[in-house]
Amino acid sequence: MTRRSYLDCINAAMREEMERDPSVFLMGEDVSFNFMGSTKGLAEQFGPGRVRNTPISEAGFLGAAAGAAMVGMRPIVDMMIAPFLYPAFDQLVSIIAKSSYLYGGQTHIPVVIRAAMFYNIGTAAQHSDRPIATVMTIPGLKVVVPASPSDAKGLIKTAIRDDDPVIVFEDRSFWAESEDVPDEEYLIPFGQAAVRQAGTDVTIVGIAGGVTAALRAGERLRARGISAEVIDPRTLVPLDLDAILRSVAKTGRLVVVDICHDTCSVASHIAALVAERGFDSLRGPIVRVTTPQIPIPFSPAMERPLFPSADRVEEAAVKLVSR
Amino acid sequence: MSADEPDTGLLAECLRRMYRIRIFDTTLSQRDDLPSVGHMSVGMEASIVGACLALEPGDYMVGTHRSHGHPIGKGAEIGPLAAELLGKKTGINQGKGGSMHLSDFSVGSLGETSIVGSGLPVATGAALGITMKGESRVCLCFFGDGAANEGTFHESLNLASIWHLPVVYVCENNQYGELTAHADACAVRRIADRAAGYSMPGETVDGMDVTAVYAAVRVAVDRARAGSGPSLVETDTYRFFGHAGGPDRGELYRTRAEVDRWRERDPIGLLRARLLGSGMSEPDLDAIEAAERVRVDQAWKFALASPLPDPQDAYLHVFADPIPLS
Repeated sequence: MTRRSYLDCINAAMREEMERDPSVFLMGEDVSFNFMGSTKGLAEQFGPGRVRNTPISEAGFLGAAAGAAMVGMRPIVDMMIAPFLYPAFDQLVSIIAKSSYLYGGQTHIPVVIRAAMFYNIGTAAQHSDRPIATVMTIPGLKVVVPASPSDAKGLIKTAIRDDDPVIVFEDRSFWAESEDVPDEEYLIPFGQAAVRQAGTDVTIVGIAGGVTAALRAGERLRARGISAEVIDPRTLVPLDLDAILRSVAKTGRLVVVDICHDTCSVASHIAALVAERGFDSLRGPIVRVTTPQIPIPFSPAMERPLFPSADRVEEAAVKLVSR
Repeated sequence: MSADEPDTGLLAECLRRMYRIRIFDTTLSQRDDLPSVGHMSVGMEASIVGACLALEPGDYMVGTHRSHGHPIGKGAEIGPLAAELLGKKTGINQGKGGSMHLSDFSVGSLGETSIVGSGLPVATGAALGITMKGESRVCLCFFGDGAANEGTFHESLNLASIWHLPVVYVCENNQYGELTAHADACAVRRIADRAAGYSMPGETVDGMDVTAVYAAVRVAVDRARAGSGPSLVETDTYRFFGHAGGPDRGELYRTRAEVDRWRERDPIGLLRARLLGSGMSEPDLDAIEAAERVRVDQAWKFALASPLPDPQDAYLHVFADPIPLS
C-alpha cells in the first residue's frame, strides 16, 4: 500500500495503461505542462507523440480523438475543465456517442474523456458547471464519477480498457484527499456501487462531491443515534441500481446528494427509479439535496451556500427519520 | 500512369462507378417504399469518383448526409446500401443508420455523418491515428460548401496543419448550402483560398470533369502519403436534383436556366466523350451503362427480398461492451 492523492491516482492510472498498451495516448490543452496537476511526468516518459498538447479547439480535438479511435488508437482526452465540453458538444453527442450504433456495430469508439469540475472556488458561472446529468442523458456514453483516490485509479484504468466512450468527471474537491492505495494492479468494474458506510435507518446516495457531504452528515447522524448507510454509485452509466434498492429495502428512506443543478439532476433520475421500483420499501418521500437552479455567482458569500453541504444532508435525513 | 493523365482502364472504372451512382440515386428517387427521402448525388458523380479513385483501397474516407455516392465511389457493394435505405436487417448498418449515414468500413468508408461539418474532425483524427501507427494510409474528407463555414472546418484544417496529418479535405462545392447560395453564405468566392490561412495547398478544379478531380486529388493524396501534410481541394460541381428528393422542378432558390446550363456539362456525358476520343466505342460505353443497370437492379432485388430487423434489434450496437439499460 502507498499513500496517494486523487491526482496521483489519476496520473498513475494513465501511466500504467500507457505503459501497458502503445495505442493509449493522451491529448488536451497543456497536458505536457501538467497545468492541472494530473499529467505530471507523462510527457517526459512518453514523448510529444503520445502526450499531445492541442490548440484551443475543443470540437476539433475531441472529434479527432473519435477518428483516431475508429482506426485503432485509444485516446484519453483531457478537457481540462468540464464545461469546455460545450464547444465540442456535437462531436460528443453526434459522433462519439452514436457512431457504434449508427453504423450497426462496424466501429466502436474507445475514447476516455476526462473532465475536471471546478466549483465553490470563485470561478463563476461559466467555469463552474457540473454537466454530469447533461451527459448522462445521452445514449451511448458511459459515465464515471470517482469520489476517492483509490476509486479514481481503478475506474480510470477500467475506462481506458473499455471499448466504448467513457466520460470521467473528476471532482476538484477530491484533489487534496489522500488514502492508502494497493501497489498491485487493480481495476474497478463499472456498475458496482460502494457502500462507504453501512447503516440501517436512512440511505444516503452521494454523487461525486456529494459523497463528502453524505459521509460528514453520516458521522453527525451517528452521533445523534441515527444510522446512515452511505452509497457511492461510482459509475452512473451503468448504474448499480440494485445496490441502492437493497439499501432502501433495509432503511426505507432515501436522500440523494447531487452537485448538479436541481432540474433533471442525477438525483432526480435515481429518485424516479427508486420510486418506481422500490416504492413498497419507502416509509417517506425521497429527498434530493442538489444545487439550486441558478447560475453560479462569483462572490463566495453567495456561492458557498449553494452546493450540497453536510448541514443540508443531515437536516434532510433527520426530517425523514422523524416522520 | 502520371497523376495528370489517368489511363483508359482507370477512366473506364470511373465511368462504371459514376453510372453506378447515377442509376442508384435515380432509381432510388423513383421509389415510393422508402422510409425517408434521400439526398442524391446526381450531377456530382465526377467530384466523388475522381476523388475516390485517387485513393488506394486501404485509405480511409469520411463524408456527409449526401451519403450514397461516397461509399459507392469507394467501391462498396451496393446491395447492402440499398437494403440500408429500405431499413432492412441486411443493410450495411443493419438498418440503424439509413440514407444519411451510409458506410462500409470494409472499403475504408468510416461512415457518412449527417450533421454538417461533423466529419472534418473525424477525418483529421483518422489521419492522426494513421500517423501514430506509422502507416502510409491517407484519409479523405468529403464536405460541402456549407460546411466550409462551420467552426469544425477551421479547427480541423488548423489541427491537421500543425500536426502535418495525412488528410485530404475535398470540398464539393455544389453552389448551395441547402437552399442558400454559396455567394451569400461565404466570405470568400473560392473556398480553396482558405487553405492559405491554414498553411496548406489549396486548389479549385472543375468538378464536372472526373480527370481534373482525379488529377488534383491525386497530387494531394501523394503529398499526404509522402508525409508532407494536408491539402484542400475544392471541386466546382452541381446537383441536378433538389437538396433532397428527386429532379429539380424549378425551385425557389435557383432557376431552370441555371440547372439546364449545368446539365449541359453532365459529368457522365463529358467522360463518355473523352473515352470515345481515347478509342472506346459507343457500344462499349453503352455496355458499361447496361452492366451497371443490371447491378443496381440486383441490388434492389436483394434489398426487397431481405428481412426487416426485429424491433428488439434496436437495443443492439449501443456499446461494444454492452451494459444493462436502467
